[in-house]
Amino acid sequence: MPTVGVKRDLLFKALGRTYTDEEFDELCFEFGLELDEITSEKEIISREQGGSKASGASDVILYKIDVPANRYDLLCLEGLVRGLQVFKNKLEAPRYRRVAPVSGEPQKLIITKETAAVRPHAVAAVLRNITFTQERYDSFIELQDKLHQNVCRKRSLVAIGTHDLDTVSGPFTYTAKPPGDIRFKPLNQTKEYTAAQLMSLYKTDSHLKHFLHIIEDKPAYPVIYDSNGVVLSMPPIINGDHSKISLNTKNVFVECTATDLTKAKIVLDMMVTMFSEYCSQPFTVEEAEVVYPDGKTCKYPELAYRKEKLSSGFINRKVGINEPTEKIAQLLTKMCLRSEVTGVGDEIQVEIPPTRSDVIHACDIMEDAAMAYGFNNIPYTTPGTYTVANQFPLNKLTELLRQDLAAAGFTEALTFALCSKEDISDKLGKKISETRAVHIANPKTAEFQVARTTLLPGLLKTIAANRKMPLPLKLFEISDVVLKDETKDVGARNSRRFCAAYYNKSPGFEVIHGLLDRTMQLLAVKAARGDGYHIQASDDSTFFPGRCAEIFFRGKSVGRLGVLHPDVLGRFELAMPCSALEMDVEPFLGRTAETALAHEVAAAAAVHRPPPARPASTRTVFGDVSAPAGLRALDDFLADKSYVEGFEATQADAAVFDALPAAPGPALRHLARWYNHIESFRRERGGLPAAKGRFVLDAFEEHVDVDAFNKI
Amino acid sequence: MADTGVLETLLRRIEKVDDGVDSLEVATSLGVDHQVLVGAVKSLQALGDLISAELRSSKHWELLGEGTEIAEQGSHEARVFGSIPPEGLGQSELMKLSFGKIGFSKAMSNKWIRVDKAHEGGPRIFRTVEDIEDQVREKLLLVQRGNSSKLEEKEKNELKKRKLLSEVTVKSYWITKGSSFSTTITKLETELTPEMIANGSWKEKKFKPYNFEAMGVAPDCGHMHPLMKVRTQFRQIFLEMGFTEMPTNNFIESSFWNFDSLFQPQQHPARDQHDTFFLSDPALAHGFPPDYLERVKKVHSEGGYGSQGYKYDWKVEEAQKNILRTHTTAVSARMLYKLAQQERDPGCHPSGRVPPDRGRGGRLRAHAGGPHGHPARVLHQTRDYQAPLQAGLQPVHGAQHGSVQLP
Repeated sequence: MPTVGVKRDLLFKALGRTYTDEEFDELCFEFGLELDEITSEKEIISREQGGSKASGASDVILYKIDVPANRYDLLCLEGLVRGLQVFKNKLEAPRYRRVAPVSGEPQKLIITKETAAVRPHAVAAVLRNITFTQERYDSFIELQDKLHQNVCRKRSLVAIGTHDLDTVSGPFTYTAKPPGDIRFKPLNQTKEYTAAQLMSLYKTDSHLKHFLHIIEDKPAYPVIYDSNGVVLSMPPIINGDHSKISLNTKNVFVECTATDLTKAKIVLDMMVTMFSEYCSQPFTVEEAEVVYPDGKTCKYPELAYRKEKLSSGFINRKVGINEPTEKIAQLLTKMCLRSEVTGVGDEIQVEIPPTRSDVIHACDIMEDAAMAYGFNNIPYTTPGTYTVANQFPLNKLTELLRQDLAAAGFTEALTFALCSKEDISDKLGKKISETRAVHIANPKTAEFQVARTTLLPGLLKTIAANRKMPLPLKLFEISDVVLKDETKDVGARNSRRFCAAYYNKSPGFEVIHGLLDRTMQLLAVKAARGDGYHIQASDDSTFFPGRCAEIFFRGKSVGRLGVLHPDVLGRFELAMPCSALEMDVEPFLGRTAETALAHEVAAAAAVHRPPPARPASTRTVFGDVSAPAGLRALDDFLADKSYVEGFEATQADAAVFDALPAAPGPALRHLARWYNHIESFRRERGGLPAAKGRFVLDAFEEHVDVDAFNKI
Repeated sequence: MADTGVLETLLRRIEKVDDGVDSLEVATSLGVDHQVLVGAVKSLQALGDLISAELRSSKHWELLGEGTEIAEQGSHEARVFGSIPPEGLGQSELMKLSFGKIGFSKAMSNKWIRVDKAHEGGPRIFRTVEDIEDQVREKLLLVQRGNSSKLEEKEKNELKKRKLLSEVTVKSYWITKGSSFSTTITKLETELTPEMIANGSWKEKKFKPYNFEAMGVAPDCGHMHPLMKVRTQFRQIFLEMGFTEMPTNNFIESSFWNFDSLFQPQQHPARDQHDTFFLSDPALAHGFPPDYLERVKKVHSEGGYGSQGYKYDWKVEEAQKNILRTHTTAVSARMLYKLAQQERDPGCHPSGRVPPDRGRGGRLRAHAGGPHGHPARVLHQTRDYQAPLQAGLQPVHGAQHGSVQLP
């Protein structure tokens, strides 16, 4: 979440009142923001660079406010104040208007085809007769910076340029040229540079160096000229010094160049809606015309108001409240989403202003209503439906095993799922190519390069970190390792493992072996070849020669145990002998009755099932149950009845059951309840008592007027 | 237990006197180390009220090594004086003696000797007085004979400064008869034995009292990891609320299920290299449900299903990138898709799902340690792909109400 720093006193002045820190914190919370920190420039500098550097800095109190990442309209003081004032009903949300220039001829930005290869889009607008003060100016610059960091994705998607319109003259040309051919005096420099020189000049600039990569390797760099050949900017790097804005600037030309047109429009809208407040005609923006290489023209800013219709029922239901339609409309209006009741049912028409680009579907509107209502005011309710809890069988088995392994005197360790390549290969005396390990492309440290393929290194590192504890150390872990597996959609799968280690003055193979025996006892696997488990001598470079055995369960190898090789111990900085055991847990599943859920999604479109045997007729005394009306009638009928007829299941239930073309959805609660119940008679349905009445009609039979509703 | 001989001798000594004996004196007279006697006293005390012993401490002065030497042979300066014959001694000769250097200056300041530097054959030393009085030696002899009280404090401190004397504290017991004094010793039993129970001899025996102040022996136990215990608790809470646990044993996930299907746009900062671990091997995922993939693509790039969409060029290549699952909501996405497929299925029950498991990035602020814990490691874990209690515990309301809405 971006953090916006605003001067407290300025904020209170704009809000027209003062708050205590607690009150303002509360206000922020209600509005969906968070007052993150109360600080000052001085405090920040002294914290980051030491007290001595902070001596000259300002100690004006700053509020640092956390703003949701998609609320670009709250990234500056102007937007924050406007949002809060509307929220507190002190202000009506302003209407942003695009106006034609008084002269009649809009500023033109002509895009040439050369830009297509590097940065194809551009939009522009004019803020006419604006009045800057130092604070407004600072905020104007700050907002560009915040937008660049957020929605503009560090200028890669959009870059903003603002210019003193009176220093340049249109029409403007947005083109792309080889770096050597671009030459101008960049912002805050004293002499002219070519674009190529600039790129090397800014290599060391702590701020600008992060943007160079966006165009560095391109054959042509984007550039905007005015009609006299003056460079306005070389997006997304730097503006020209010539057109830079100052406190005295009256008319501002705003241009946004982009690789993503949607984002460019959002950014332009945001810049002009926020600062048109300071124009002589507040909240009006003078349009600019963009001419595309194909001759097409477009007027910007769009400042589009969109209208959505939704029902207050939808909002009430989703939020879990019950407010009248008018109230919901008021709540939304408080959030700058001007809303009115249309009078058609519980319909509300919501107008989404150009500042709220984050509202893209109905649930965003619902969220704002919930926020305005106050999350803490939503009453607690219990779900209307019951559900049956179920454990994931593998986790159930794991939980049971963990309990008993701890009871067997072993201590559980919790180790990293990631490790270095060496941990799972060289250190264990194996080759990395043999490990089936999953490799991380962008590891943060050398310690976390791969997903572990074995739990053993984690346990050995845990022992190494606890060498000072009294011996013996007895550790275990049951957790997942990750192995490459081409049969899976992602090419890898988890495998649940059980690993234990015994570290003492003597190797204690018998202790680890005993733990294996105990584990098998817990899993109800007897010690026997064939159907049970057994161990047999094996060779493994991790273990001391002749001191390693392979564990077999029903004839299949499931793991190994043994005394670790002294070289392995040495590589983990261990000085005592150690015996260890690692085995798969998953083969022991299936001894429980649960059906396993799986996360694999069938790659084939939908899961095709054989269509259920088509019932002879869907016509019943309740109406046609293949149509919603018939289903509803049946649902109503079953609201206070357990069976179609009488007080026990009969053939009448079976007949109506068969007439239903499909299982009813949960919306038809009573019907669904009855359906599930009758379905449970599937096997014994032949033995159900005969029906007294007739409920299902033949497909072409004339409707027989059976008064089912008065039968009982 | 101390030697029975010493115990009995001690008891007999105590019997003979009316008031009591000092352990130090008894030790000296018996010719045993004082510590042996202290052991005997402790043993007797453990036997009940046989004796009573009162701890006393006394201070006295003792000669140190150099002090003893002086007491025996005289002070260095006196020995220097003594070694000079009437005809004098060459200075170099004197300096060869062990006490020569130290004694020389002191003898000079006492004006017992003089140096004739102009003497032929090098400087030569002569006596200046006929007789001397070796006060240092006499003082030390007083101390040695136990008469240190005759010396003034100032004198003793001066000798202490010269490291000839030291003051030692001696702890001894003043032993008197106890209420149940006797010269015969009955040995106390330490523990009840099976034999005693079998033959009933425990009735006759006296048992040594336990020391209830001591700590017990630590049990040989294992235990579960504190964080895992917390996870078990959380899991239990959700099970009690009727949630079904989702299979979250898939750390490797495709960007498609982790981001795209959850409507996270492809330029979202969370999908940066900084915030997500991508895989180099296996780098790409395959086999997405094709119709669903089309729907996801459509809602991202053009909108639909009531959404405006993000309106950008959605690329399947980006969705294919394999990552370390950044949240267990990725599993929710898969489960929702599957539930939506089952919608038409008879016997579909409402269900809540809960995955309390690992995702990348930490939400867990834990610093539990415990005897075998390693707090630093635990904290690490929250930063590096280890958040056992990661979020993603939200009930799936759509699924609860049977109206799963996926793009």
